[in-house]
Amino acid sequence: MASNAAVAERLPAGRSGRAGGGLARGVATGYLSLVVLLPLAALIWGARAGGAGSFWHEATRPEAVAAMKLTLGVAAVCALVNAVAGTAIAWVLVRDRFRGKGLVDAVIDLPFALPTIVAGLTLLALYGPGGPFGIDIAFTRTGLLLALLFVTLPFVVRAVQPVLLELDTEMEEAAASLGAGSFGVFRRIIFPNLLPAILSGVALAFARAVGEFGAVVLISGNLPFKTEVSSVYIFGQLQSGNEAGAAAVSVLLLAISLGVLLLIGAFRRWRTRHDSA
Amino acid sequence: MKAIWIALLGVALLAGSASGASSGGSIDLVAYSTPKDAYGKIIPAFQKTSGGNGTSFNQSYGASGDQARAVAAGQAADVVALSLDPDVNLLVQKGLVPKKWAANAHRGIVSDSVVVFVVRDGNPKKIKGWGDLVKPGIQVITPNPFTSGGARWNVMAAYGAQRRAGKTDKQAVAYLYKLFRHVPVQPSSARDALSIFAQGKGDVLLTYENEAKYAEKKGVHTEYRTPKATLLIETPVALTKSGLRKPAAKAFYKYLWSATAQKAFASQGYRPVVKGVAKGYKFYKPPRLFTINSAKLGLNGWTKVNRRFFHPEKGIMAKIERAIGK
Repeated sequence: MASNAAVAERLPAGRSGRAGGGLARGVATGYLSLVVLLPLAALIWGARAGGAGSFWHEATRPEAVAAMKLTLGVAAVCALVNAVAGTAIAWVLVRDRFRGKGLVDAVIDLPFALPTIVAGLTLLALYGPGGPFGIDIAFTRTGLLLALLFVTLPFVVRAVQPVLLELDTEMEEAAASLGAGSFGVFRRIIFPNLLPAILSGVALAFARAVGEFGAVVLISGNLPFKTEVSSVYIFGQLQSGNEAGAAAVSVLLLAISLGVLLLIGAFRRWRTRHDSA
Repeated sequence: MKAIWIALLGVALLAGSASGASSGGSIDLVAYSTPKDAYGKIIPAFQKTSGGNGTSFNQSYGASGDQARAVAAGQAADVVALSLDPDVNLLVQKGLVPKKWAANAHRGIVSDSVVVFVVRDGNPKKIKGWGDLVKPGIQVITPNPFTSGGARWNVMAAYGAQRRAGKTDKQAVAYLYKLFRHVPVQPSSARDALSIFAQGKGDVLLTYENEAKYAEKKGVHTEYRTPKATLLIETPVALTKSGLRKPAAKAFYKYLWSATAQKAFASQGYRPVVKGVAKGYKFYKPPRLFTINSAKLGLNGWTKVNRRFFHPEKGIMAKIERAIGK
């Protein structure tokens, strides 16, 4: 903790003094290249194998397009639900006092620790035809969304929580004393302060939902054109020996996701600038 | 920091001792997942024989296609046990398995099974033959044939049974269209399909006899029916070129056809391929059994069947999925 604070203190100074900057940048770029860029480059290299014509043909096959539309759509809905529910949970965890809060706080991260295939199996047992509640939403898009909500829950909560902790309640009190209602305080004071964090959480949740495989492979039912998501479609292409097709769809999906993430990032920066101005 | 170095040293020592043991003869077995329990019995029995004395095993189990691709990409393997021929042929193409891998008395086939119908307790929907699967309101569970190599046995059993009943190729393909309209979900693997069926989805599950027996053993409330016309599933085992250089691996490969090993397969629900072993186990003999090489039924081996039915774009199954999806 102490070292964290020290780093935080040093940060602005590090920006002006170049001493450590070069090394840090070097390590960052090197690490990023090795761990992220290299595999991505290899993937694109694999997709390029059949030529541009074949790439486009593979990526725009009706099954592939249907799976991609479903994946992106469900991921977007999942991210939006997370934005609302995640912020609410973070709010309760920071501002409310209740017994067992520490436990609830720890439970938030559990979806990350659970192997996602186990999550899928459990959700199937709960919401499948033989489930104890008599609701059968397995093998539908609702079931798919539910599985994704489960695995992406921590992102927005964990992004918003620290910001909310740091948020000065004096501002809210001042606004309230000036006659703002509680909704007004939320809309004008709290929400603008939380928005960048919410957006980071939303971006993470969206990206994770796009790529998720384990949690959805059981509960979605994998019906082509109906409930088959891209990750399962890609898996099928690999199993059928069509590596080029798998790589093509992956690359297109990554490109679209990158576009969405860049947009979210740009919006966040614009908001931050807009705010401080 | 010091602790890390000590830990690293420990790992190095462990690795050293492991490789030391392997000099006595270690065999890398790469297999598909369902026969794991059978190998769990066969390996200790083999280690008690003179040929297997002192050998150690590195075992790897997973989906057949994944395992074949892992070996093709460099995973060490002396003996490969896969769920269908094309997975072995992938390794032949990569030069890792000799072309004549199937040149033994059993054509490289170590165990058999058949495609069966798993139904609910008491068979409430009275499902007996292939015609019952496409009756109104019947839901059939079978894995997606593009994600599950094993699901292809089911599809070809359905097609072959129609041909065996005297239908033309066109009529048999039409049956597949009809059948897949009764498939509400397409799980990614045979085991997933079993989980989903056990959860209560569907009226009938298409699977292998050994999976049906496994389900019974696990206490899933099901029974199974063997249709009179069905496909014989043959699962291959091959020695890789590295395995051919190891006497212990060769001895193990041979041992798989011994009475002890064949009994171990039989006890896990697989049909033994060595005559005489099957006695004492109940395996119903379907009167109209055919194989993937039954040319009269339009089945000309996996290579041709895969190209015609399971090409990811132009295959008959790809067209069926598209027709149903839209």
